[in-house]
Amino acid sequence: MAELLERKRITVRVNGREVEDEVEVRTTLADWLREGLGLTGTHLGCEHGVCGACTVLVDGQAVRSCLMLAVQADGTEVRTVEGLAGPEGQLHPVQQAFLEHHALQCGFCTPGFLMTAVAFLEENPEPDEPSIREALSGNICRCTGYQPIVEAVADAAGRLRAPARAAG
Amino acid sequence: MPTLFGTPLRRKEDPRLITGHATYTDDIRLPGMLYAAILRSPHAHARIRSVDASEAVRAPGVVRVYTGRDLEGRLGPIPTAWLVPDADLKTPPHPALASERVRYAGDGVAMVVAESRAAARDALERIRVDYEPLPAVVDAEKAMEPGAPLVHEEVPGNLVLHWRAGNGAEAAERAIAQAEVVVRRRLRNQRLIPTAMEPRAAVAQYNPATGELTLWLTSQNPHIHRVLLSGALGVPEQKLRVVAPEVGGGFGSKIPFYPDEALVAFAARDLGRPVKWTEERSENCRATTHGRDHVQEVVLAGTRDGRITALRVRAVANLGAYLSTAAPGVPTILFGLITSGPYAIPHIDVEVFGVLTHTTPVEAYRGAGRPEATYLLERLVDLYAREIGMDPAELRRRNFIPAHRFPYETPTGLTYDSGNYERALEKALEALDYDGLRKEQEEARKRGRFLGIGLSSYVEICGLGPSKVAGAVGFQGGLWESAVVRVHPTGKVNVYIGSSPHGQGEETTFAQVVADELGVPVEDVEIVHGDTAQTPMGWGTYGSRTTPVGSGALALAARRVAEKARKIAAHMLEAAPEDLDFRDGAFQVRGVPERKATIQQVALQAYLAWNLPEGMEPALEASAFYDPSNFVYPFGTHVAVVEVEPATGQVKLLRYVAVDDPGRVINPLIVDGQVHGGVVQGIGQALWEGAVYDENGQLLTGSMMDYALPRAGFLPPIETYRTETPSPVNPLGVKGVGETGTIASTPAVVNAVMDALAPFGIDHLEMPLTPEKIWRAVREAEARKGGAAA
Repeated sequence: MAELLERKRITVRVNGREVEDEVEVRTTLADWLREGLGLTGTHLGCEHGVCGACTVLVDGQAVRSCLMLAVQADGTEVRTVEGLAGPEGQLHPVQQAFLEHHALQCGFCTPGFLMTAVAFLEENPEPDEPSIREALSGNICRCTGYQPIVEAVADAAGRLRAPARAAG
Repeated sequence: MPTLFGTPLRRKEDPRLITGHATYTDDIRLPGMLYAAILRSPHAHARIRSVDASEAVRAPGVVRVYTGRDLEGRLGPIPTAWLVPDADLKTPPHPALASERVRYAGDGVAMVVAESRAAARDALERIRVDYEPLPAVVDAEKAMEPGAPLVHEEVPGNLVLHWRAGNGAEAAERAIAQAEVVVRRRLRNQRLIPTAMEPRAAVAQYNPATGELTLWLTSQNPHIHRVLLSGALGVPEQKLRVVAPEVGGGFGSKIPFYPDEALVAFAARDLGRPVKWTEERSENCRATTHGRDHVQEVVLAGTRDGRITALRVRAVANLGAYLSTAAPGVPTILFGLITSGPYAIPHIDVEVFGVLTHTTPVEAYRGAGRPEATYLLERLVDLYAREIGMDPAELRRRNFIPAHRFPYETPTGLTYDSGNYERALEKALEALDYDGLRKEQEEARKRGRFLGIGLSSYVEICGLGPSKVAGAVGFQGGLWESAVVRVHPTGKVNVYIGSSPHGQGEETTFAQVVADELGVPVEDVEIVHGDTAQTPMGWGTYGSRTTPVGSGALALAARRVAEKARKIAAHMLEAAPEDLDFRDGAFQVRGVPERKATIQQVALQAYLAWNLPEGMEPALEASAFYDPSNFVYPFGTHVAVVEVEPATGQVKLLRYVAVDDPGRVINPLIVDGQVHGGVVQGIGQALWEGAVYDENGQLLTGSMMDYALPRAGFLPPIETYRTETPSPVNPLGVKGVGETGTIASTPAVVNAVMDALAPFGIDHLEMPLTPEKIWRAVREAEARKGGAAA
């Protein structure tokens, strides 16, 4: 037993801030975010990688934080729902679109959908409806029937393109 | 005055939910908090010879292990709270932890409390339980057979209730015997797992000095939980606070009083430290209540020209291993009484058998009884239409209760409040271009493509309900609602409500109502709910009751405040109260618009109380307790359009049109949201969802990997339309809309698939309509055809 490595130090950049911590090696990234850092916006819906509620971005990629160990995140940059809004609290375009389209009810799955949508739109700035539905099919929502979420993501794509165009 | 009633205001709830700043039960961390984990039986039925927790107690981080024996005399049994009368109801005891016998795979046997969640879970593996496995029965009809294993020895034949409704079995029998057309069918309404996205959780904290116990709980009805917990735990009600913080969906599964929260509260008091328990998803599948699970024998009689003359239903409802809190009312009151649906049916006879099995307890699940009733009726109406060669829309039209007959008394004793069923049907057909679609279907069939159009017309009973009726049907509580409207000295408003929304959006819709009534900006109104220490007694959020019942209390309280404000304003303005106009948030003397007092000025004076009318009490608030005179009855017609691919059995949803009439609409955005979500849950039952046990009582669909839920990519856009027939029952004319989608959509989809399969001679398949099931049925049909040709 003694030889087994039970705890390990990690350094992770979380929502733009560097965090150093010592974690039990079996701790999932989700549990570390929620219990170690108090970032309870990331939710656990199934703990077996199906529902997508715990989705966060690890180096820009959408990842199920219940299926990843905290030690695997060592040296990465992690972004959670708490890191979406701007420094003055201005909502991210995806958050704004969710609010406008009534894309959430109980809100439990919402952080996972937001993070999935952010990653998806970064790679697919001009998605059509079927591709949005496809992209969201790894996340389960039991309240909305998905349609307002699909509409919100389509709208957010437009909002994200607009400033780029303005800048160009 | 600009009115907010009817406007699609964006939700006040959303900012905290989309930024990660909402607090759900599992997000709560208290100093010194311990973590609980529950050991659950792997057997569906077994005698417990012994439980040895000695090794677990010594495991690292473990503080205490409780077994059933430890609780004897210290924690009362888990009660059933809907004691349906005239049903020969049996309520076998439900201990918080089993000590002699386990009755379903998932039954709690021991609880570990430890310093961390991981330590608690690890220690579960060190508890040795010596089980003697016994034969189990999972099918309700088999459980009724002589010689079947008994779930509780004191319940012979596993029959816990036998209940009847209708206006005479003999008359119905005669009508069936004399009918020109009789359609008989055996239907199965499969077992479902509600699957709220947030698993259940509880956090309890006890103060030994004051004796106060606080329980944060994933609850749809914290006040009911407080009453029941007080009884089970022996903590007096004034020392007990139950809080439903943010709750991540319930759909009925967070109504019941479970052993788990009682255990958590018990442990916190016993150990003097806060305790948290959060279920895992596999526990949620096994130990959180399930829904539906009926077998129905249905007979529908009618004339050759399409007039229904009688309906007879014999239903066997599987209620699982214990009678959950509201379980007896679901397959009886909420099912049997609404079997007449939107039709004028002269004779109805309903008989229900409630049966115990070695399975997870069955409770309310979104719609609760009404989907089971609507499914059987709408399925049979379609079969009847096919039998007599009539268009299913025309058949429905011929049998609807006409608009001029409201209020309408059903043969089961309900009084439908208001309705115009034909208008909703016509609107759906028009939205669909029904006739055009029928032609398209005919053309497609010629080209070997199989389209199906499925209708479902419904009426549902919700807005539960008049308390004297609750009492008459054995519900162990009232069903009124409450509101306290408190205008603060600055004119800002808090509203405290007794019901407990968890995603339905009443923080927004109720603020709209209050803002209208008091003429204040909607941003100035906050709705407080879910905390028994802050809110007046109320009965909770289920049965689509928060808006129709809660808004009654809300409107009354707000109007009382406005009335008092008018008297104060009149005194301030030296005018008679009746000479004041109230507009744009200000009282003004009629004809002298410059003489006015805003509601905010009035509020300040009400609190200063320097110069109030003689005899008037200070402050500006009012409370109201509203008990409705009747239920409300939303209705509508939904239509699904599908294409079935016979070679693969795949069903593709092409269109979905929903026309609902929820009475007056406070916020169309939120109403649409409720319809969308409900429709998709109902589609889930029709096509994908189903809890499956093996014959030994092992749940085969015990995770989200195995239990198929609707996903974004499976669904077409849902087209929502409305008619608005105000309810005469409550002050705002509203009805409920939380369950209509689930009630209507399941039969619409199944009817559409059967319509698509009509050329194969297939008229019924059991849900869920998986590709395999359809593929097999098509192959068998073709083999029959081939055989007949040969």
